[in-house]
Amino acid sequence: MKFLGKYLNSLLLIELLKGLRVTGHYFWGKKFTVFYPEEKTPQSHRFRGLHALRRYPNGEERCIACKLCEAVCPALAITIDSAQREDGTRRTTRYDIDLTKCIYCGFCEEACPVDAIVETRVFEYHGEERGDLLMTKEKLLAHGAQYKKELANDRSKDAPYR
Amino acid sequence: MFELTGQQIVFYAFSFMLIASALMVITVRNPVRAALFLVLAFFSAAAIWLLLEAEFLAITLVLVYVGAVMVLFLFVVMMLDINTAPLQEGFTRYLPLGLAVAVIIVFELSLVLGPENFGLDKIAAPIAHAADYSNTKAIGLILYTDYVYPFEIASVILLVAIIAAIALTFRRRKGTKSQKPEEQVAVRREDRVRIVKMKAEKR
Amino acid sequence: MFEMIVTIWQDAIALLPGGIQPFAEIITKIIAIMIPLILSVAYLTFAERKIIGYMQVRIGPNRVGPRGLFQPFADVFKLVFKEIIIPSNSNKFLFIGAPLITFAPAMAAWAVIPFDEGMILSNIDAGLLYVLAVTSIGVYGVIIAGWASNSKYAFLGALRSSAQIVSYEIAMGFALVGVLIAAGSLNMHDIVIAQQGSVANWFFLPLFPLFMVYFISGVAETNRAPFDVAEGESEIVAGFHVEYSGMAFAVFFLAEYANMILIAGLTVVMFLGGWYSPLAGLGVVSETLFAIPYIGWMFDSGFHWLVFKMAFFLLLFLWFRATFPRYRYDQIMRLGWKVFIPITIVWLLVVGVAVLAEIPPWFDKGGAA
Repeated sequence: MKFLGKYLNSLLLIELLKGLRVTGHYFWGKKFTVFYPEEKTPQSHRFRGLHALRRYPNGEERCIACKLCEAVCPALAITIDSAQREDGTRRTTRYDIDLTKCIYCGFCEEACPVDAIVETRVFEYHGEERGDLLMTKEKLLAHGAQYKKELANDRSKDAPYR
Repeated sequence: MFELTGQQIVFYAFSFMLIASALMVITVRNPVRAALFLVLAFFSAAAIWLLLEAEFLAITLVLVYVGAVMVLFLFVVMMLDINTAPLQEGFTRYLPLGLAVAVIIVFELSLVLGPENFGLDKIAAPIAHAADYSNTKAIGLILYTDYVYPFEIASVILLVAIIAAIALTFRRRKGTKSQKPEEQVAVRREDRVRIVKMKAEKR
Repeated sequence: MFEMIVTIWQDAIALLPGGIQPFAEIITKIIAIMIPLILSVAYLTFAERKIIGYMQVRIGPNRVGPRGLFQPFADVFKLVFKEIIIPSNSNKFLFIGAPLITFAPAMAAWAVIPFDEGMILSNIDAGLLYVLAVTSIGVYGVIIAGWASNSKYAFLGALRSSAQIVSYEIAMGFALVGVLIAAGSLNMHDIVIAQQGSVANWFFLPLFPLFMVYFISGVAETNRAPFDVAEGESEIVAGFHVEYSGMAFAVFFLAEYANMILIAGLTVVMFLGGWYSPLAGLGVVSETLFAIPYIGWMFDSGFHWLVFKMAFFLLLFLWFRATFPRYRYDQIMRLGWKVFIPITIVWLLVVGVAVLAEIPPWFDKGGAA
């Protein structure tokens, strides 16, 4: 009897009909599409997007060319050259991040002892020419200046958890 | 001069295609292309049969040979990696024998298909049938009345061939672990999981 | 409205010189079938994206035009303007020819599909055989595409696809044999006529197992989910059409959807009474319904019922794709050879006995059946 039941079950495609019922049910259900450019999903303050180099409030750049970020970068996207400045401090002469290599893991941000390299919450950016996605030191410092307020805000929000 | 009717133009076009593609089948180097030319030859033959008002046979030719047999043929031929150089090694050595066989076949064919047996005056043109004439029905009638025994014997031979092919390739090895989908699908949670109620242990 | 168009068309044909009149008549008929067909293919792709989207709690394309209604045209423009990349060391002639070989049979089979009483392009006697023969050619496009691409993935896809199509064609052919035993004719028009009457006269009742086998084999034959191992995007990239881009790819796409519509049409014609209305043959009920002014014709038999029924089967195609996971290759073969073919053979015996016993209401018409 049980055998017959199993046989009928597979012959009459009962399981498949059950599956069809599920999808058929969702066909009438509420839809959850976000109309992206007009609507956006909420973002965490820890969101990792476009990179930026920050400065101290007095205008001095934070980066001391310790190269920890370069060492920790799993995708080998960061290239740093350093030299001594006239005042005797060590500074970067070159700080490149290849965004086509970067995997946005955030390790550079974690490794940085002076919070110089950070990731902003910007994810809507693009390059139109070859080289547009190779971030140089100037571009990164410009991002830092552009998103200064947001970056500071996000850091202060995250401070209690660190 | 003779005038060509529309039907004759179509006939000669398809005959030319048939002969040309049949020639290509045996001359082309690549086996896959040869198989594809064979498909084209079948198509041309089917078209000529259509001109003879044998649409049932024509469609069956396309269905069976083009649709099934040649697909399997291509299937095999595509996976072959034939190196043509060693195949041509004995060409000159076997040429006399091959030529002799070819000459014999041509001679025999000319005896059967020679001008004394074929020609427009030897065989009457097929009778043009009315529009409601169904040669599917005609072929069915003749197949199941006059030729019923040959037909049934042929089908039995084919059936034996099918069963023999299965029997020859069928083998059941011991110790292989194969899935049984119907059993997998039929499994319920109760068959595999037993929920045991236990008292909480004291600390 | 419809009669008016037909009279205008007949007058226009009569104006032409005598020699090319039949030619012009056939050409216009072909165009009258092709253009709605290609349009419905375009909107079937749109419907697919919308319906599957809805089943996945999304809303699907909604940007081009109101509610995304012009999306198919956007897709077409995009594909037309893309470059057709021909892989190196591929056979160029066969590479370009393969999509056409897939596409042509999908269109050619429509020649024998009856749309309404007497509305058929070519009312040939061996219509059913013609459909089988023509659709079996479509597999060549897939095989040639896979071979000519000079790519391993394409080749694997072609092998899978040809094995699958050849296997399921047998079950499909047997299912059609059942239909022709029941109808007593190979002529598609006569097959529909044989189902005249009410819903109870349609062939899907006496031939129910064959009906199921036919439709499921049809899904397999068109390489649609859950039988889409030939494309298997998660296993072999895109199967036989990996190397295709632009318009060449679009033609493959077109052929796949045209084949879906064809399978839906054939299922309706052979098992669900073609253009006959399900409301017909109910005595008083249908008479009162048909007598309603202005909308009464909607309930009566006609071309629109064929379209409705086909739309239902096309919905099933999309519904299956949204629901079922892909079959494994050996399971597909097992289903085709060990389940479908035995079912059809057994049911052919049943149908044969039923026809001999003249069981009403299907086989008691005498004469042919």
